[in-house]
Amino acid sequence: MKFGIVVFPGSNCDHDAWYATSHSAGAQAQMLWHKDTIIPSDIDCVILPGGFSYGDYLRCGAIARVSPIMSAVRKHAEQGRFVLGICNGFQILTESGLLPGVLLRNVSLSFICKDIHLRTEQILSPFTSSFDQGQILRVPIAHGEGNYFADEQTIHILEQEQRIAFRYCDANGNATIEANPNGSINNIAGILNDKGNVLGMMPHPERCCDPLLGNSDGLGVFTSLMQTVGLY
Amino acid sequence: MKHFKAMITITLRKSILDVQGKTVEHALHSTNFTSIDQVRIGKYVELTVHAADAQQAMSIVDDACKNIIANPIMEDHHIALEEISVGEHA
Repeated sequence: MKFGIVVFPGSNCDHDAWYATSHSAGAQAQMLWHKDTIIPSDIDCVILPGGFSYGDYLRCGAIARVSPIMSAVRKHAEQGRFVLGICNGFQILTESGLLPGVLLRNVSLSFICKDIHLRTEQILSPFTSSFDQGQILRVPIAHGEGNYFADEQTIHILEQEQRIAFRYCDANGNATIEANPNGSINNIAGILNDKGNVLGMMPHPERCCDPLLGNSDGLGVFTSLMQTVGLY
Repeated sequence: MKHFKAMITITLRKSILDVQGKTVEHALHSTNFTSIDQVRIGKYVELTVHAADAQQAMSIVDDACKNIIANPIMEDHHIALEEISVGEHA
């Protein structure tokens, strides 16, 4: 199992993603440069990491969306291979149309950096198969634009097709308004594409993969993929 | 070939709550600007474009707005076009 982590100018969670996949999860990992035009064929999962690609100019993810590597990322996804967008990576995926909707400014207008709770909503996906249905995870968020929005019809489809991977909840697993940190519709924290091979999520699983840091709740995202690819 | 200056205003779509606009509206009300309502906050982009005529220029800029400058899922854009002489800066 090999992860390819895209480095854009302004990415700042790329090394965390590399550490989580290679050290914590024990997979192979390789950095990919945003100017690359191909994804090496041995890469099973491309990670679009968190950060502030291109300084968040224009809109978060709007410039990264047109960087050279994104055509290759699109092809990679079209071939049914895996793409994981975390935080800014999620924003890039919505800007590029690989996932529906947009990430609006947080309702509080504040940049929020804290641990939150997530409820695992869909465990049949390659990104979540090692979790239990409804499993509550404690994962950090760090964003100013994480307020997931899509039109009513899109939300209806996402809900009906069970493409909400994670929802913000309280410590007991209740997806309440109080437990929603940014105003996301239906407490949505992460969604899957229609084929289930692309996941975008605002929380940072790569920041909670090492027990030495006190929390390894995020590790399951990477080990799920490794189990799916079958080399775990 | 003619040259135009495009003045583009981008605002959040009406169906989306503009939290920043609401906050400014409250601030205005609390400083006695009580006759002001419906504050919407957006972005302003200015650029030059060369095209055969205004219609073509408008079409190019509109296309650019729909593809990159604005995100149609959450934003509306309005373009005002003005012909300029060659070499004139926006």
